[in-house]
Amino acid sequence: MNGTHRKGLASVAGIAVLAMLAAACGSSGSSSSSSSKALTASAPGITSTQITIGSHQPLTGVAAPGYDEIAPASNAYFQYVNAHGGIYGRKIVYKYLNDQYDPTLTTSVVHQLVLQDNVYAIFDGLGTPTHLAVAPFLNSEKVPDVFVASGCECWNSPSTWPYTFGWQLDYVREGKILGNYVKTHFAGKKIGVFYQNDEFGQDGVKGLDYELPAKDIVAKEPYAATNIAIGPQVAALKAAGAQVVISFSVPAFTALLELNGLALKYTPQLVVSSVGSDPTTLAGLLEAFAKKGGATVNGSSLTQGIITDSYFPSLGDTSNSWIQLFTKIHQQYVPKLPLDFNVLYGMGVAYTFVQAMFKAGRNPTRQDLVNAINGGLPQAVGLTPYAYSATNHNGFTGGFVGVIKNGVEVALGPVQTTGTSATSPVTTYSTPQPAAPSSGIPSP
Amino acid sequence: MTLLRHVLTALVAGVVLFLLATRLSAYRDYQMAEIAAYVVAVAGLTVLIGISGQISIGQGAFMAVGAYATALILQHQAAWPIWLVLIVATLATALAGAIVGIAAARLRGPYLAGVTLMLAVALPSVAEAYQSVLGGDQGLPVAATVPGFLGVSFPLTRWQAWLGIAAALVVLVLLANLMRSGIGRNWRAIRDDEVAASLAGLNVARLKVLAFIVSAACAGLGGALFGVVTTIASPGAFTLTLSIGLLTAAVIGGLGSLAGAIWGSLLLVLVPSYLSNVASSHGLSSAASSSVPIAAYGLVLIAVMLAFPGGIQGALRRLLGPTAPAATTPLSALRRHASASDHKEESKT
Repeated sequence: MNGTHRKGLASVAGIAVLAMLAAACGSSGSSSSSSSKALTASAPGITSTQITIGSHQPLTGVAAPGYDEIAPASNAYFQYVNAHGGIYGRKIVYKYLNDQYDPTLTTSVVHQLVLQDNVYAIFDGLGTPTHLAVAPFLNSEKVPDVFVASGCECWNSPSTWPYTFGWQLDYVREGKILGNYVKTHFAGKKIGVFYQNDEFGQDGVKGLDYELPAKDIVAKEPYAATNIAIGPQVAALKAAGAQVVISFSVPAFTALLELNGLALKYTPQLVVSSVGSDPTTLAGLLEAFAKKGGATVNGSSLTQGIITDSYFPSLGDTSNSWIQLFTKIHQQYVPKLPLDFNVLYGMGVAYTFVQAMFKAGRNPTRQDLVNAINGGLPQAVGLTPYAYSATNHNGFTGGFVGVIKNGVEVALGPVQTTGTSATSPVTTYSTPQPAAPSSGIPSP
Repeated sequence: MTLLRHVLTALVAGVVLFLLATRLSAYRDYQMAEIAAYVVAVAGLTVLIGISGQISIGQGAFMAVGAYATALILQHQAAWPIWLVLIVATLATALAGAIVGIAAARLRGPYLAGVTLMLAVALPSVAEAYQSVLGGDQGLPVAATVPGFLGVSFPLTRWQAWLGIAAALVVLVLLANLMRSGIGRNWRAIRDDEVAASLAGLNVARLKVLAFIVSAACAGLGGALFGVVTTIASPGAFTLTLSIGLLTAAVIGGLGSLAGAIWGSLLLVLVPSYLSNVASSHGLSSAASSSVPIAAYGLVLIAVMLAFPGGIQGALRRLLGPTAPAATTPLSALRRHASASDHKEESKT
């Protein structure tokens, strides 16, 4: 294995030297700018023709519904980029493996990707509990761990995990924005909280606690992602008389929350964080779960009126250039997937990766990618700018609160941003989002 | 003499494997460490079932005890050398095994299987119930690093492989000697006929509990190694599936055979990883390719059981038949076939 690897490297190096000689001879007159530099195997996973990246995704199991669309959607965007010249001519190869949302399987597949498949970076690894299991390994191996598909505030730890970067709106900020909305629009109502009992849910609850008066919260009910019997929690929310239930849950548990409520004739106003509120996924899950229980429900009418938030433009906003771009790519590459928030997410995060790769240069090392993101990226797919800097590894810093109407999210207020501390206020962000480039590909 | 032979064999195997670990790629080292962890756990189980005649479907739960013990020790006593951590984790699991073993000594056959099954089902939920200490679904990190004397650039996976190999060899030598000692003979006696054994003056209950403790201790060490290799102790790793996987590994390899434990562990790690690679490279959908390994593993199990009821090691023995040394095992295997029909049923459960 070692031998062939070395031989491969040697031949690539040989070709590179020849190409450089040729370039030097041919262009003796013109200035040899960096853009004409030959493509080399500058890092693990990068050859003169390809960039191989990997990911761990829940393709089966409890977190799979909805989330299993994200990686294929990212791949669709990469195919679009590959078909339009790639990244400095290199094609992106995206290898994502199933970890079933089980942290131990995550360590196993990520070891395979890094040690056996030699990926350049781990991209968009999905899940808080799952990715926490591999972040120390990736950082000790100095593998870029970019744009984790989780809003845990923990990814923003540049001093302990310099190679890890968050991307989506973190749960603390999300909790604050949702909490702020509930505080102003449901003043005096009894509030219940339903949350996944790990850093995901706990971060969200932290954000809520910063904004909501403690006396208004009448019940806090945690669930474990491995136990779908949440009847007791829902009964407790009902018994506490919660009129508004704020939920930090993955889609399957949002659906279970609603169905368990229906069974108890308990229908509070639901406020669900963006990770658990995609209307298409929810409608499908509601119908599937109800069918398993021997009942029939109309999934999409049950999603009607759920309050949630988003850091992207809404899918209903068909005049938005980003929605137009992603709809086009969706139709061309993954028409079988429903066009929903997950698909938007997958393409959006892929766009950010391509932005970062272009910035990292023609022959990037792993460190070059990290440096490129640390240097900041221009605002693109998100409604707010990225927070990236050498001392901040958070992605988006805000979004808007909306309500689900006929399967799409309709804004209830302006785009807001905030910080992750208790004292940083929730403020309106009025700068409009820049338009998508007409090519659909970020400029180098 | 036997002791010397075992130690020499282990030393030779050790040198070969250590050198192999330095030649293999990092990922193969990682797999080797994983296999070593399973070998330790399966070896304990195969002794329990094949030699002492008790069944356990709870070996995975004891692995969890070992892994969590390791995580907790490293959390609070980060300065302890790794061998001490592993030994303490093993002892902690042995204690857990003693408690279960005392209760289990009164049971046999399907009833014993039931109790250990309960353990396998219930124990992972303990992590959820004591979220603040055991970290819930997320589990606890097992922060074992390469010891300083190997240098900063020493590959972590190679160190893990070395650690796993060393631990597995020590366990195999100890178990091999135990099996050939008086205790091993007594275990065989109670396995073949409890009444006869107790008439002969053996303390059946005490011997059974001892076998259970030895098996649990092995599971604990296996779990500790597993935690060190995967760098995490989380309930998702120690489900009923793992316990049944360990049981099938012991059966496929050949019950009561330590070499069989190695074969079984090799299959347990390599077959799924090979097949999922094959499945995904043939363009199967992700949902389908993630079920292929489980289906294939089932097929392998059925095929081995039909063709070689004595497991892989049994088949090898038969193939190498007359040339293989006629040690104590053929006799006991013969007796097992002839007499203990209830024992056979146990293996099927």
